[in-house]
Amino acid sequence: MSEGTLYDKVWENHRVTTLPNGQDQLFVGLHLIHEVTSPQAFGMLRERDIEVARPDLTHATVDHIVPTDARDRPFANDAAEEMMAELEENVHAAGIDFDDPTTGNQGIVHVIGPEQGLTQPGMTIVCGDSHTATHGAFGALAFGIGTSQIRDVLATQTIAMDKKKVRKIEVTGELGECVTAKDVILTIIRRLGTDGGVGYVYEYAGEAIENLDMEGRMSICNMSIEGGARAGYVNPDETTYEWLAETDEFEDDLERFEELKAYWESIASDADAEYDDVVTIDGSEIEPVVTWGTTPGQGIGISEPIPEPDSLPADKQETARRAQKHMRVEPGDTMDGYNIDVAFLGSCTNARLPDLRAAAEIVEGRQVDESVRAMVVPGSQRVKAAAEREGLDDVFIEAGFDWRDAGCSMCLGMNDDQLVGDEASASSSNRNFVGRQGSKDGRTVLMSPVMVAAAAIEGEVTDVRELPKAEVKA
Amino acid sequence: MTSDEIPSVEYVEGSGIPVRGNDIDTDQIIPARFMKVVTFDGLGEFAFFDQRFDHDDNQKEHPFNDDKYQDANVLVVNANFGCGSSREHAPQALVRWGIDAIIGESFAEIFAGNCLALGVPTVTADSETIEALQEWIEANPDGTIEVDVADETVTYGGKTIDVTVNEAQRKALVDGIWDTTALMKSNTEAIEKTAASLPYVGSEVNKEAADD
Repeated sequence: MSEGTLYDKVWENHRVTTLPNGQDQLFVGLHLIHEVTSPQAFGMLRERDIEVARPDLTHATVDHIVPTDARDRPFANDAAEEMMAELEENVHAAGIDFDDPTTGNQGIVHVIGPEQGLTQPGMTIVCGDSHTATHGAFGALAFGIGTSQIRDVLATQTIAMDKKKVRKIEVTGELGECVTAKDVILTIIRRLGTDGGVGYVYEYAGEAIENLDMEGRMSICNMSIEGGARAGYVNPDETTYEWLAETDEFEDDLERFEELKAYWESIASDADAEYDDVVTIDGSEIEPVVTWGTTPGQGIGISEPIPEPDSLPADKQETARRAQKHMRVEPGDTMDGYNIDVAFLGSCTNARLPDLRAAAEIVEGRQVDESVRAMVVPGSQRVKAAAEREGLDDVFIEAGFDWRDAGCSMCLGMNDDQLVGDEASASSSNRNFVGRQGSKDGRTVLMSPVMVAAAAIEGEVTDVRELPKAEVKA
Repeated sequence: MTSDEIPSVEYVEGSGIPVRGNDIDTDQIIPARFMKVVTFDGLGEFAFFDQRFDHDDNQKEHPFNDDKYQDANVLVVNANFGCGSSREHAPQALVRWGIDAIIGESFAEIFAGNCLALGVPTVTADSETIEALQEWIEANPDGTIEVDVADETVTYGGKTIDVTVNEAQRKALVDGIWDTTALMKSNTEAIEKTAASLPYVGSEVNKEAADD
């Protein structure tokens, strides 16, 4: 068993008791809610005549169903309007803060928590969304939960959980040019498998992780769940503290910041902490990664050949064959040159300001290929506003991108932003499952924001490092 | 519901339905577009929807469409079943279709947790065992499968095999403590004590809450 890790310490600090079934009851420091997975939980509370225990530790936003173009109320889609109205009613009745689109603070739940400073090291954070793992970038223990568990948390501000093992994943060395956090996590998932993390929490460490900014760390922790790990985290350090100092929570309260910093420092993994497993990956060997299949584990470097299913472990062969048929790719080919119809720059994985900045740098002075429908969906209204202050919107619009409002959008296609028919998309999102982006015949190729930008320009999957440089504005 | 009304789930009996394939994700179990709802009612008809129907809503070949499995309640799957989203809509759709227990090689964690919260056991066995059971069901769609959660066995076709049930899940199901709300709510004092010990929860926040 692990000992002295951040996971062990934060778990122990939040442990209320051990339940009769052997699970621990953990106190939840922050409960984030949204419109898709919470209404049924509020319904269950009403059935049982139970009040929300800690509205002060609960925070709401709307992200999955919210339109990213016309946002006047009522929403054009009746079902979306019903979900929005239900959320409004629930949070209003319970006295829960709600970042609706009129506040300027609305956005994807995993973008707004960090940017407002709600997400802090040493917290337990839960949300009815598997990408809650994102918040681990700050050294929080953050878990995606189901609706019955949301009910538990609303009712008691606690959750019943099994303690997991801890696997330290060290990414050593320096990342190459145009190699990003997204490429690192896709490499980790490919290496350890989509179910490799079952039973584990991942601690990401090593030089390549430490050198990432907070947004990059969020991208990595975000996709922990795609590797089967329910949570992932990075130990808090100076990068974390500098980021937090500028958030709403602390910019005018230095005293509280210093007080909490002592706690944050105390919960980091000890230098001699014990892990259940340690994996080392050489970061300098990673190249831009794209997926060729229908799980996030089916990724390859942009210059690598698509694998022959027979060459894969026996339990992966059938999935690979099915995936290659769906994606219409051939073993032995590379993904370089794979035609795309849609470029989607968005999602809780990669729609933060640095993602948009990096993509804009690639896009500037170029034009989106005429065969491509390209869109940028910022992760939050604040990200959108900040990008506009820098003029990034002009860069994208001039190149031919649609510049939209904040939300989950085409990552899962619960609003009107969806693939049509068998369209292929280059996506900065987190899942390439069949049907994920709104069409069951749609094809999704996962990649980093700069690779999405390059694909949009070329009309096909392309190595961003080889885009001709000459055309950049005069 | 109070804790003493939670039924114990020691044993599930019925006929089986095999759904083959590894890494069957929650988007396949219930496509996201069917989640635009504020209750779980009626989700059963959308279970595996895109695997079951083509563009013109014609039925495709899928066990959930097959007449011989329409009364089945024991789902038998392969590895990493339920990976992907945390949506409880996935097990809810299966339960509302009629599933009471799932036997598989392995399950994604949140999915298994969501099943437990609904009182649905997710028991595991190795791939050969699962393969044999799936084949047997195909040959014996009306045959009875007994899932003994307490004893960690599955009995079918005159033989009994050992399966694995996660210890916390087994205890929760057998002792009837899988609905954790009332159980956890009874620890109010300990919850408050833990909250007060956390520097970031602190007294300031408590005061704010009291003012509301």
